[in-house]
Amino acid sequence: MNKTLLIIQREYLTRVKNKRFVLTTILMPLLIVALIAGTTFLSIKGKDERKIAVIDQNGFFKGNIKSTKALAFEFPADVDTSNYLQKGYSDIILIPKFDATGGKMNYLIRSKKRISITTESAISERINAAIEDNMLQTAGIDKAQLDSIHMQSQYAELKAVEENGEGVKESNAGLSYGIGFGSGMLIYITMFIYGAMVMRGVMEEKTNRIAEVMVSSVKPFQLMAGKIIGIGAVGLTQFLMWIILIIGLTTAAQAFVPHDVMEQVKTLQQANGQMPGGGMAQAGDAAQQIYKMQHTFSTANWPVIILCFIFYFLGGYLFYAALFAAVGSVVNEDPQDAQSLMLPITMPIIFSFIIMTNAVQDPSTPMAVWASIIPFSSPMVMMARIAYGIPGTVPYWQLGLSMLSLIGGFLLTTWLSAKIYRTGILMYGKKVSWKEMFKWAFRKN
Amino acid sequence: MNKILELSNLKKYYATQKAVDDISFSIEKGSIFGLLGPNGAGKTTLLRMITGIFYPDSGDIRFDGKTFDPENDIIKIGYMPEERGLYKKMKIGEQALYLAQLKGLSRSEAMTKIKFWFKRLEMETWWNKKVEDLSKGMSQKLQFVTTVLHEPKLIILDEPFSGLDPVNANLIKDEIYGLAQRGSTIIFSTHRMEQVEEICDHIVLVNLGKKILDGTVANIKQQFKENKFAIQLGEVPANLTAASFDIADQKANRLTVKIKEGYRSNDVLQHLLQQNLTIEAFHEVLPSLNEIFINLVEGTRATSRAFQPVNP
Repeated sequence: MNKTLLIIQREYLTRVKNKRFVLTTILMPLLIVALIAGTTFLSIKGKDERKIAVIDQNGFFKGNIKSTKALAFEFPADVDTSNYLQKGYSDIILIPKFDATGGKMNYLIRSKKRISITTESAISERINAAIEDNMLQTAGIDKAQLDSIHMQSQYAELKAVEENGEGVKESNAGLSYGIGFGSGMLIYITMFIYGAMVMRGVMEEKTNRIAEVMVSSVKPFQLMAGKIIGIGAVGLTQFLMWIILIIGLTTAAQAFVPHDVMEQVKTLQQANGQMPGGGMAQAGDAAQQIYKMQHTFSTANWPVIILCFIFYFLGGYLFYAALFAAVGSVVNEDPQDAQSLMLPITMPIIFSFIIMTNAVQDPSTPMAVWASIIPFSSPMVMMARIAYGIPGTVPYWQLGLSMLSLIGGFLLTTWLSAKIYRTGILMYGKKVSWKEMFKWAFRKN
Repeated sequence: MNKILELSNLKKYYATQKAVDDISFSIEKGSIFGLLGPNGAGKTTLLRMITGIFYPDSGDIRFDGKTFDPENDIIKIGYMPEERGLYKKMKIGEQALYLAQLKGLSRSEAMTKIKFWFKRLEMETWWNKKVEDLSKGMSQKLQFVTTVLHEPKLIILDEPFSGLDPVNANLIKDEIYGLAQRGSTIIFSTHRMEQVEEICDHIVLVNLGKKILDGTVANIKQQFKENKFAIQLGEVPANLTAASFDIADQKANRLTVKIKEGYRSNDVLQHLLQQNLTIEAFHEVLPSLNEIFINLVEGTRATSRAFQPVNP
């Protein structure tokens, strides 16, 4: 068997058969799901619950303002600013006499615990809505009409579509954000994990003198390449296993949904959002949710996204893994060495992540465009942009240029690193400076 | 062609020192060859050039009658470096198999050979042990097996006995003899002169990148002999002087004498016979390689030469 293939095989099998690998591969998706569920739950539970006493000089807010469990408005008779806390209210609002013609009204809220930004905006939203309602009623619309108008207007939903050749294709900004951020994050994490694995492997071979034995049977380049490819294959395997797990879990989850709800979902899908008899309101709440979720998901061009993800994941990994291998080959017994040498490699990765978080909000800024083409940052940033659509947000030429430069990039880093690696792994004892590493990399051999 | 290796005018200079400075010698097939020298002499660099890990700056290497071709010839070479080089977490059997396959053996061939050697060196029960669980001597035996498994024509062993107890050292020594008998050539690099005297046919001593000695063990000893003889007498007279010799050392009735210039052993014997002394033993004392080594190398500051400037 080809020697490099043998090396790849060993590097792959020793890591994949490891118990820790199997464990993290299975636990990771569960952990992520738990994390998301946990934070969502906490953010809901932790909402600023307020019971607000309202002293209203106008007399029309009572009965007109939306009062919920989290934000309750009450209109007690005997409460004022000196006793509202003892009476059990968290805040008190004083609304002066309101003159409809006289411009903006200022009202005051007094609390012991300062109100959060979200609560502040919720309160002012509801007060404004109540004032509006009141003004409409004064203008002649009666309450029952008002109520039914409110109900119906809740069903206007924004549907975004973008140009797609001949026609238009539906898009969803929220989903794009999620996919962009998620895939950028995933690439970021995996580059660190697998890049570090490569570095550790190289360091092990150096400090254990295995390199010396190996190099009497294979060329240093074969050893380095075999290691990088083998570990990359481990990453790919892990990623594929996750996809299978997620698909499996979602399919299993669907089995828990009651049959009649699924029927409603199917009908919704067939009728493209409309229930027979008009109005999605006919379908049950659960069915609506599920349908919305599935519909949103289908707006994304999954095959393209997944293919691009695999390309950028591999490309980014190969680009940085070569650099990690070079660093590992130069380090001696001292782990401090490793930390300081790793810095110039981890900095671009972290920097790219930051650019990615911006690009995912606004994928068309010049910085986002350039960062998605330069190989240092393109894996993360381009994935963030791709989620917004090809060829709409990302024209074909940008994608092509980005892919070509990434390929060229990793070929270059591999070539330079190979030169550093072959000298570094046999050099024991001496601490190697950056200048020396450069000399090795660019020396004609 | 009966030479397995011919080195001509090899040079390898680093920025701060001349590691190998014009070294030439050749090695006969089937011999056990000793490469000696103090730390920092250039031995390791020399060995790495022979195994194709480094390329010489100038000079030639001929392997088995042809120009040395690192890519293809390394299959015929086995190299056991001074320090253990094994993957800690790998199982022994697996590791031996991996290294054998990298030397070009097929899986089945490798398995047969591994089983054979493990049995021979009493390692059968360790098949599934991890390398990190082995003692130093055990890992040395394992490393030895991986070096000779593919029946290389040239076997290079760098301090193979370090850390081995006498029983295991003997085991390896017997294997080395056996391999030489079966046609492999062995290059043996060590500081342990007693082992060299015991095992090697031919030696080369390097120091400061240059070759200092080159010859068979017997010839070198002859070359450096100091005309010393060991004499055991029945009784030693109080005053034993003669024109033909000086007494260098005396322990009870055992004398070490140095024969003076112009005289020979027969003259000493004659003198003793004339004195009517009972001669119990009389034989030449050749210098040990250890002594020769120290005399040649002492004071040459070999280990500090990394910091000496290179004159272009």
